[in-house]
Amino acid sequence: MQNTSPFPENSVGLVKSQSLRVDTAIKLQCGQNLSHYDLAYETYGTLNDSKSNAVLICHALSGNQHAAGYHHVDDKRPGWWDLCIGPGKAIDTNHLFVVCPNNIGGCHGSVGPTTLNIETSHPYGPDFPIVTVKDWVHSQAQLADHFDILQWAAVVGGSLGGMQALQWAIDLPHRIRHALVIASAPKLSAQNIAFNEIARQAIMSDPDFHNGHYYGERSYPKRGLILARMLGHVTYLSDHAMRLKFGRELKKGHLSFDYDAEFQVESYLRYQGEIFSENFDANTYLLMTKALDYFDPAAEYNGNLVGAVSQALCKFMVISFTTDWRFAPNRSEEIVNALLQAKKTVSYAKIDAPQGHDSFLLDIPRYKNLFSAYMANIILEANKLNQEKRNAS
Amino acid sequence: MRPELEVIEGWVNSKAHVLDLGCGDGSLLQHLRSAKQTTGYGLESDENNILECVRANVNVLEQDLNKGLGNFKEQSFDVVIMTQALQEIRHPHEILRDMLRIGKEGIVTFPNFGFWRNRSYLALKGRMPMSKSLPHHWYDTPNIHLCTFKDFEALCYRQGLRIVDRTVVDANYRDSLAMRIMPNLFGSTALYRITKEGNS
Repeated sequence: MQNTSPFPENSVGLVKSQSLRVDTAIKLQCGQNLSHYDLAYETYGTLNDSKSNAVLICHALSGNQHAAGYHHVDDKRPGWWDLCIGPGKAIDTNHLFVVCPNNIGGCHGSVGPTTLNIETSHPYGPDFPIVTVKDWVHSQAQLADHFDILQWAAVVGGSLGGMQALQWAIDLPHRIRHALVIASAPKLSAQNIAFNEIARQAIMSDPDFHNGHYYGERSYPKRGLILARMLGHVTYLSDHAMRLKFGRELKKGHLSFDYDAEFQVESYLRYQGEIFSENFDANTYLLMTKALDYFDPAAEYNGNLVGAVSQALCKFMVISFTTDWRFAPNRSEEIVNALLQAKKTVSYAKIDAPQGHDSFLLDIPRYKNLFSAYMANIILEANKLNQEKRNAS
Repeated sequence: MRPELEVIEGWVNSKAHVLDLGCGDGSLLQHLRSAKQTTGYGLESDENNILECVRANVNVLEQDLNKGLGNFKEQSFDVVIMTQALQEIRHPHEILRDMLRIGKEGIVTFPNFGFWRNRSYLALKGRMPMSKSLPHHWYDTPNIHLCTFKDFEALCYRQGLRIVDRTVVDANYRDSLAMRIMPNLFGSTALYRITKEGNS
């Protein structure tokens, strides 16, 4: 039979974003309640009878529920982690049921600043409560309940997504068998927070920000968002990667002695910022950076990370990348060392890759092989559990 | 099974928490896990070995032994094992001290440079010995700190380490009478079980 699908064979193909209305109120860490809320999500693969093969994917700062596949036949690019999710890929949808939500506070369908606040009949805007990684974990648990998934085979994430995986392991230890924490950190450094603050200031000082109430206005803080994204982008790449990609290459081949985007790197950053500013909400960007700044699971355990991870019952795989300076290998090693002291089951790899923080999204052979090898054992375990359940009934 | 594994297995208590320095593809840890229900980790810096460990469900941590073991706490392991790596370490005396800082016991194996074949190779040919257990040339060898059993024991003495047990085998991991009488001359590989002076 001829392959008539317009998508690559190892793609999950055409996918649709779905939405779950949660009617159980969530008490957020900030003290406020959300009495009910919508969670947007996508799923790939099939949930098995015993529901032992479910994997939760947690997205990072600017991610969303569209992790793999295509929304339209003519989409140029697939979901953000398509490289690792699909038939035969590291997170193999031939064997695993993958769930990826848009976190609350987001701007791709889950409740967030752009959602209409029924009490005021205006979008929440800046009044949307500040959400934390902990809040995300507890809202994601609603999604597990919806599918009757008692225990995720794995919770997987890179960067801010890895922080959610770690928080899952600590907060809901019985509901997760494996945590894959990639290019992440146990909390932000002063430098990390500084970059986030500059991004927030870029947005908030944009005259079009209107204190966050820009939805009814003719304009939105586009310039601020562009700047925030440009800054963020620099921290995702390594010096080496930027040298390789752009060097000092000039667009016109000669200096033009003006302030146009002359160097390739300038034009690249402007372009990335421009695209981003058209697809992302400024209030959500502020919220996401705050969630990053606040993340510190050790805080609840007197600042003791070992105490925090002692709660975990799952197994861990921690991966870092040598040229990642946003969350450098030593930040991952802080997590690993805490797990060691708590005598938890953990493996750790430091992947030599020139691409910086972005590496976790990229096609790096050693990373993919290791990721696939670890996930292959998770599949074996999930199948075994399914078989045991079948035999028991 | 490699006789080396057999000896080590006999020295490790069941359910021990084990750290294996330079764990290779994880076969020793795998063996101890199934034979002795041990827990613990292997340290490794070779990416292919790390992949094999992950495949085999062995806890492996990417860590360069030459950068020390400072990330491990005092007496956090029942036993710290280092097989055939001592001679490749930049500061063998420091890693030995560290092994017994973080572990209650240490197990170390290494090739004996005082083995008669090495001695006669050097004496007769006048060149750096090469053999089954020392297959490299002097210029491309990872073995930068070769020693004899006597050297090792002298170091243990200086560091205040006590030798609990010692076994000597030949290149095929066989034991013989000659080796028992004159180990430093007839044994090609040594296995030492050490602890800190004062530890029972």
